[in-house]
Parts: sequence; C-alpha cells; structure tokens
Amino acid sequence: MGMAKDNQFHVLAVDDSIIDRMLIERLLKTSSFQVTAVDSATKALKFLGLVEDVASEIHQDVDVNLIITDYCMPGMTGYDLLRKVKESKSFKDIPVVIMSSENVPSRINRCLEEGAEEFFLKPVQQSDVNKLKPHLLKSRVKEEQEQPINN
Amino acid sequence: MDGKVQLQKQLFDYTASLFQEGFLDNQFNQLEQLQDESNPDFVVEVVTLFFDDAERILNELTTSLGQEKIDFKRLDAHVHQLKGSSSSIGAQRVHEACIPFRNFCTEQNVEGCLKSLQQVKHEYSLVKSKLETLFKMEEELLASSLADLKVV
Repeated sequence: MGMAKDNQFHVLAVDDSIIDRMLIERLLKTSSFQVTAVDSATKALKFLGLVEDVASEIHQDVDVNLIITDYCMPGMTGYDLLRKVKESKSFKDIPVVIMSSENVPSRINRCLEEGAEEFFLKPVQQSDVNKLKPHLLKSRVKEEQEQPINN
Repeated sequence: MDGKVQLQKQLFDYTASLFQEGFLDNQFNQLEQLQDESNPDFVVEVVTLFFDDAERILNELTTSLGQEKIDFKRLDAHVHQLKGSSSSIGAQRVHEACIPFRNFCTEQNVEGCLKSLQQVKHEYSLVKSKLETLFKMEEELLASSLADLKVV
C-alpha cells in the first residue's frame, strides 16, 4: 500500500448532498485528516479501484484509512458500499462509518452487523468526528503488525 | 469606536432573535465554530450553497406537483433532500416544515403536498432574508473594524 501523505490519515467521504459534503470535509480537515470527498458510492468504489465486484489485486496507489458514507443515496446506498468494502479482500479492514439523517434502529443494527464501526446521526458534529481517531489508530497498529519483519 | 460597538450590539441582538424565534438552531453555531482564519468565509459559502440547492429543489417540487401524474416517490426524495440540507445548516423552521410534507407524499395527498410546499417556500424565504441581513451586518462590522485600523 502507498504511504499516506505526511503520516496523516486519509478519509474517503461519500455523500450525494453538496452541503453535507462540504460540512464533513471541513469537520474532517479540522481534525487534521486528509480528505477525498465524492458524491456517490459508485465513485467511491472507482476511487478505491474496486470496480464491478472484481477486487483488484494490483498494487493500490490509493491509501484510504477510513470511509465515511451517507446511508441514503440514489443508486448504490451507503449500506451497499459497506457490504462491497467488507467483501473485498483488499479493503475489508478499512473502518467504515455510516451517516444518516434518520434514526432507524433496525437500519443502525443492520449496518453495525455488516461491520460498520460507527453510525452517526446527521447533522454530524465535531464530537462524532473525534470518535474516529481511535478506529484509525487501531487500524494503523494492526497494519504495522502485519508488516513482514525486515532483517 | 462608538459606531462599531453599536454594530456589534445590533449583530448580537439580531442573531439572538433568530435563535429565539426558531429560525436557526444549534447547528448554525456548529457552522460558525468551523469558521476560522484559514476558512474565513465558510458560513457564507455553505449557506449560499444551501440557498442554491434549496431553490433548485423548490422549483423541482413546484414542477412535479403541476404534473398530470404526480411521482410521489420522486417528490418525497426531493423533500428528504431539502429536509436534510436545511437541518445541516441549522435552518430549523424549514427543516420542520418538510416533515408534514413527507407524510403527505407517503399518503399521496396532493392537497396536503400543495399546502406543505407553500409553507416550506414561506419558511425558506423568511430564513433566506434573515440570513442575508445577518451577513450584511457582519460585513458592515468588518468594514467598520477595517476602517478603525486605518485611523492614525
């Protein structure tokens, strides 16, 4: 995997609302995350290099440490995106966070069961974004542990 | 100096009234907290985006409700969008006006939808006007502060 810029965490944000994209990007940047924001799950998959159910085993130039996605989007939903990420060999360990304007317990449970780390109710607050770092640090530690030991 | 203090007080009182009257809620404060020296126009930028987006949606809703055969699912999707974006910027009354609108969409109640659209349009034009006034006051205050800096 390519190195993240300046050891910063890189977050991929997915939301079809231009206002919410602007908001989440600002919130994430305030917490010193590097951000790529896209307006659909399809674009997110393209960005990751995951196209049409075929997980690319080619070396990824893209290094994403966390995906935060809206649940309700036209076409592919955030839930669909979550499933695709968790089913992929290359990306299943990337923490995924779901955002939704609707507080539907069954929806929340379904996402958490599918492997989402967190479920944020919109509008997303700074306090929600503050919960992300532990997930990212945990992933980074795990990544480092899996590196082959060099002599 | 006196003029600036007056402006500050006016701005403070006006902002407070917008919260008291329910036009804005705490989410607007969150937006202000995200504004800093590196992003000095953040609030105006996001709110302007909201204005553009809301107007686009309101036009769509008007057109959709004028059709022979109304696509209530599509209507609902648009109201859902507006409900979300108004909530994201703290435009409380617009957000609240969207709630019964969604119910009418689900019930496929045309009368109800038309009434709701009127209400949403009304709330939108109110909050737009108030936010524009707020931004103008902030501009005046900024101009006044800059003028002070020029005084020898």
